[in-house]
Amino acid sequence: MYLIVLTVHVMTLCLFVGTAAMVDLRLLGLTMQKVRVSEVMARLLPWTSAGFLVMLVSGALLFYAAPLLRYQNVFFRAKMGALVLAGLNVWVFHNSVYRSVAEWDLDPIPPRSARMTGGLSLLLWAFLITMGRMIPYQVYWLN
Amino acid sequence: MSVLDFFEGLQYSPLLVAMRSSSWVFPIIASLHLMGLALLGGAVLIVDLRLLGFGLRSQPLEQIARDAERWLLVSLAVLLPTGILQFMCFAATKYYYLTAFWVKMAALPLALLFTFTVRRTVAVADETRLSPVWNKLVAVVSLSLWSTVVIAGRLIGLP
Repeated sequence: MYLIVLTVHVMTLCLFVGTAAMVDLRLLGLTMQKVRVSEVMARLLPWTSAGFLVMLVSGALLFYAAPLLRYQNVFFRAKMGALVLAGLNVWVFHNSVYRSVAEWDLDPIPPRSARMTGGLSLLLWAFLITMGRMIPYQVYWLN
Repeated sequence: MSVLDFFEGLQYSPLLVAMRSSSWVFPIIASLHLMGLALLGGAVLIVDLRLLGFGLRSQPLEQIARDAERWLLVSLAVLLPTGILQFMCFAATKYYYLTAFWVKMAALPLALLFTFTVRRTVAVADETRLSPVWNKLVAVVSLSLWSTVVIAGRLIGLP
């Protein structure tokens, strides 16, 4: 059972971080330069959100399998910290930079503030993935 | 020389012995492999979703496919070296005996071959000439092949 949930968690990583990364790369001006930013967001973010939901549920189940052990794990804590920061990054983007999207919707390379959000988002997800992968290693390193 | 001898040669080569002497190296390589996987997922999905009639459906398929292929190649440039290194770390003592590893080694070339031949041809073909049923079929085959690769990969990674 744990194995199935873990597999779902990794499969959904492709959907969630994969589509999020494509949006971030568009914000950085590194892909789909001819497509409107708003269109990329509107068409891909529903898939990202669906993926996030599955990530959250499968992740919660994985946590629930060993709550105390996870809570005491430094990598788990770092992962949750990064998750909060990533959420904050999304929230700030939608409430500031993205409001003026009409002005730069068709720019092949969006303005610096949008590029910063995209870059920060990619870095945070990469950090999150690394921390997640390290969770089982605390026993070897720190105990 | 048998396959097992070859795997032993890899696992006990000086480079790999040095790599295993640090407990940080393997999980860091595994993390990079996961990042590559996420990127591959995105690059594969935006084309397959488009073939299925979702995602960026008002954009020309050919354009999406070309944009995605660049990032697919980037993801493979991360996945292949990190995957090979992980394999070399425990080639003879673990991978050789794992069915999941051999399943992945069968599914991966198929997935790559399908992506860079059939799917690419369909993606750049004139959309009006092909029935949408073919597009959907290609997307389903692509998603099945890549899912097999990912699931088998996850099963290899168990302690």
